[in-house]
Amino acid sequence: MRRATYREGVRTALRDALRRDPRVFLLGEDVGRYGGAYACSAGLLEEFGPERVRDAPLAENGFVGAAIGAAMGGLRPIVEIMTVNFALLALDQLVNNAATLRHMTAGQVSVPLVVRMATGAGRQLGAQHSHSLENWFAHVPGLRVLAPATVQDARDMVLAAFDDPDPVVIVENQVLYPTEGDLDEDAPPVSPWHAIVRRPGRDASIITHGGSLSKSLVAAELLAKEGIEVEVLDLRCLRPLDVDAIVATVTRTHRAVLVDESWKTGGLAAEVCATLVERAFYELDAPVARVCSVEVPVPYAKHLEDAALPSPARIVDAVKGVLHGRI
Amino acid sequence: MGEFRMPSLGADMAAGTLVAWRKQPGDVVHRGDIIAEVETDKGVIEVEVFDEGVVETLLVAVNAKVPVGTPLASIASAGSIAAVPSAPSPVQAPPPAAARVHATPLARTVAKALGVDVTKVHGTGDGGVIVRADVDRAAAEVTSTPRPDRMRQAIAAAMTRSKREIPHFYLAHTVDLGPALTWLSARNEARSVTDRVLPGALFVRAVARAARAVPELNAHWTGESAPPLPYVHVGVAVALRGGGLVAPAIHDTDTLDVDGVMRAMADLVDRARGLKLTATEMGEATITVTSLGDRGVEVNVPVIVPPQVAIVGFGKVVDRPWVVAGVVVPRPVVTISLAADHRVTDGHRAGRFLASVVAFLEDPEKP
Repeated sequence: MRRATYREGVRTALRDALRRDPRVFLLGEDVGRYGGAYACSAGLLEEFGPERVRDAPLAENGFVGAAIGAAMGGLRPIVEIMTVNFALLALDQLVNNAATLRHMTAGQVSVPLVVRMATGAGRQLGAQHSHSLENWFAHVPGLRVLAPATVQDARDMVLAAFDDPDPVVIVENQVLYPTEGDLDEDAPPVSPWHAIVRRPGRDASIITHGGSLSKSLVAAELLAKEGIEVEVLDLRCLRPLDVDAIVATVTRTHRAVLVDESWKTGGLAAEVCATLVERAFYELDAPVARVCSVEVPVPYAKHLEDAALPSPARIVDAVKGVLHGRI
Repeated sequence: MGEFRMPSLGADMAAGTLVAWRKQPGDVVHRGDIIAEVETDKGVIEVEVFDEGVVETLLVAVNAKVPVGTPLASIASAGSIAAVPSAPSPVQAPPPAAARVHATPLARTVAKALGVDVTKVHGTGDGGVIVRADVDRAAAEVTSTPRPDRMRQAIAAAMTRSKREIPHFYLAHTVDLGPALTWLSARNEARSVTDRVLPGALFVRAVARAARAVPELNAHWTGESAPPLPYVHVGVAVALRGGGLVAPAIHDTDTLDVDGVMRAMADLVDRARGLKLTATEMGEATITVTSLGDRGVEVNVPVIVPPQVAIVGFGKVVDRPWVVAGVVVPRPVVTISLAADHRVTDGHRAGRFLASVVAFLEDPEKP
C-alpha cells in the first residue's frame, strides 16, 4: 500500500496488462511520445516499444474501429480517447459495432475492448472538453461502463475491464488525475460491477459516482457537523447499475439525493431516480432530489464554471431539502 | 377544501347544538365571519369560521346536537369556487368527497402496517405532507392514549374507595441509614454497575421482613375482617412515563435476599414501563411500598390500595444533623411513613411493624 495519484493508478494497471499479456496494446491520441493527454501512459512507450504503445491520428471513429477489428482478430486493445466529447466521433463504432457484434453473430464474435476516456469539468477547458456524457454510453446494451472515483478503483477497473470478454468503457473524471489516494498495486482487483458505500449514515443517501464522490463526501462531512448523517453510495458501475445497492441504501435512509455532474435531463440521475420509484417506492419518505450540472454548455469563465457544476454547498442544500428540517 | 367543525367553546364542552346557520351553501366566507350559532350549557354562542372560501355543503341540520369536532360544513377554497354546486338542503347533503391525503409512500406503508388511518394524521413534511415520523407519532398516540385514560379511571376508583371506606391512620419514623448505606456500598464495591443494589431494594426487603414479623398488616380486607396472609407479596409502586402508576407484586418477597429483591424490582419496572405485566402480578400484592425519594420528596404519606390494609412510603435520603452518642453529626436519614387500616389494626401493632422495618434497615444483616 502506498500513496499514489489517480493517474499513477491507471498507469500501474496499464503496465500490468502490457506485461501480463503480449496481445495487449495501447492506442490513442498522444498515448505514446506525449505519455497521454493526462500522463496516464507516461514512460510506457519507452518500456514496451512502438508496436505496443501506438499513437493514433486525430480520427476517433477510425482508430476505435481499428481497435474493434483487432479485438475481433484476437488482440486485446486498450484505447484512450482524450475526452468523452471527442468520443462522440467514435459513437458509430462503439454503438453499432463494439456493442452489437456478440449479439448479431449469436456469440460467434466477441469484442474484448477497453476504451478509457476523460470526462467532467472543473479545469477551465471549455465546453468542448468539459462535458459529462457517460450516460450516452450507459444507455447502450452491449457496453459496460465503469466510473472509477478512487485511486484504487482507477487501477482495479482497468484490470477488471481488461479481464472482461466484452467492450468496457471507463470514464475517468479529469479533476481526479492529480488527486492522491491509497494504492495497493498487488491486491487482486475489487469487483467493479457493484456499488460501494463510501460513508455510512442514517438520515439520507447521496448516490453518486466519479468526480462527484469527493464533493459528496465533503458535503457529508459538513452535514455531520450539523448532526445530519448521510450515507454516500459510490455507484462505480454505470451499466449495469447495481440496483440492489441503490434500493438497499434508500431502504436504510428513506431519502435520496442523486449527485451527477452530467445534465439533469435524460441523465443517469434520472435513471437512478426511476429505479428508486420502480423498486423502492414504498421506502421513500420524501421526493428524490437531483444535484446535476446547470443545463448550459459548461462555461469557460471560472466563476461561471463553478456555478454550473455540483458543489458541496449545493449537495448540502439538497440534503437539507429532502430532510425538510427533520434533523 | 376546509371543514368547519363543532368548536370547543369551553374546556368542559363535549357537545353542542347547532341552533342556526348564518351562512348558506354558495356564500363566500372570510376568516372571522360568523357562520353559525351553537348552544352550549352556557348559552347560545355565535361561532366564527377560520377558513377563507365558499360554503360548499352544510352537513348538520339545525337543532342537531353533535360532539365537539364533528364536521358541520365543508368550505371550498377560493380557487375552487367555480366548482360549488347548487345548494342542496342540509338533510339530504351527501358526505363530501374525501380530500386527497398527501403522504409519502413510506408513510403509507408504515401506516398500513401499524393500522393508522392516514386521513387522521397531521403532516409535518414539506407542504404539510405526511411523512413516516408523523405516522409513528400518531401510532404512539393511538396506543398510549387510551391506556392512561383507563388507568386513570382505575386509580380514581381505587383511591376513592380507599379514602371512603378505609379509616387511615398514619405513623412516621425517621431512620439513620448510615450503617445500611455503608453495608451496601461495601457490598457493591466489587460488583459491576449492573449488579449493584440500590437502597430501594433494602427498603422493600425491610418491609417484607417486617410484614412476616408482624403479620397483621400483611392482609386483605374481606369485608368483615382481614386475616393475615401466609405469604408476603410486596407491591412496588412504579410511575409510568405516559402518566399513571402501577404497583405489581414481587412474589414471596420475604424469602429473597437483597440481590433477589433488586433483580425482581428491575424486572418489574422494565415490564411495567413496557406495559407487559400480567393481571395476576397486578392484583396479588399483600402490602405496598412507594418511594418518591428520587423526586426529592422527603415525606410521603400514601393512600392504602384496597383490599390491602397497609402501605409504606419512603422519602428522600437526606443528610441531616443527627445526635449520635450525645454528639451532633451529619447522617443520611430517611423518613418512613406508614398508612394503616384502623379497622384491622391499631397504633400499637402498627408501631411495632414500623419499628421492625426500622430494625431491618438499621441492621441489614439481621436474620
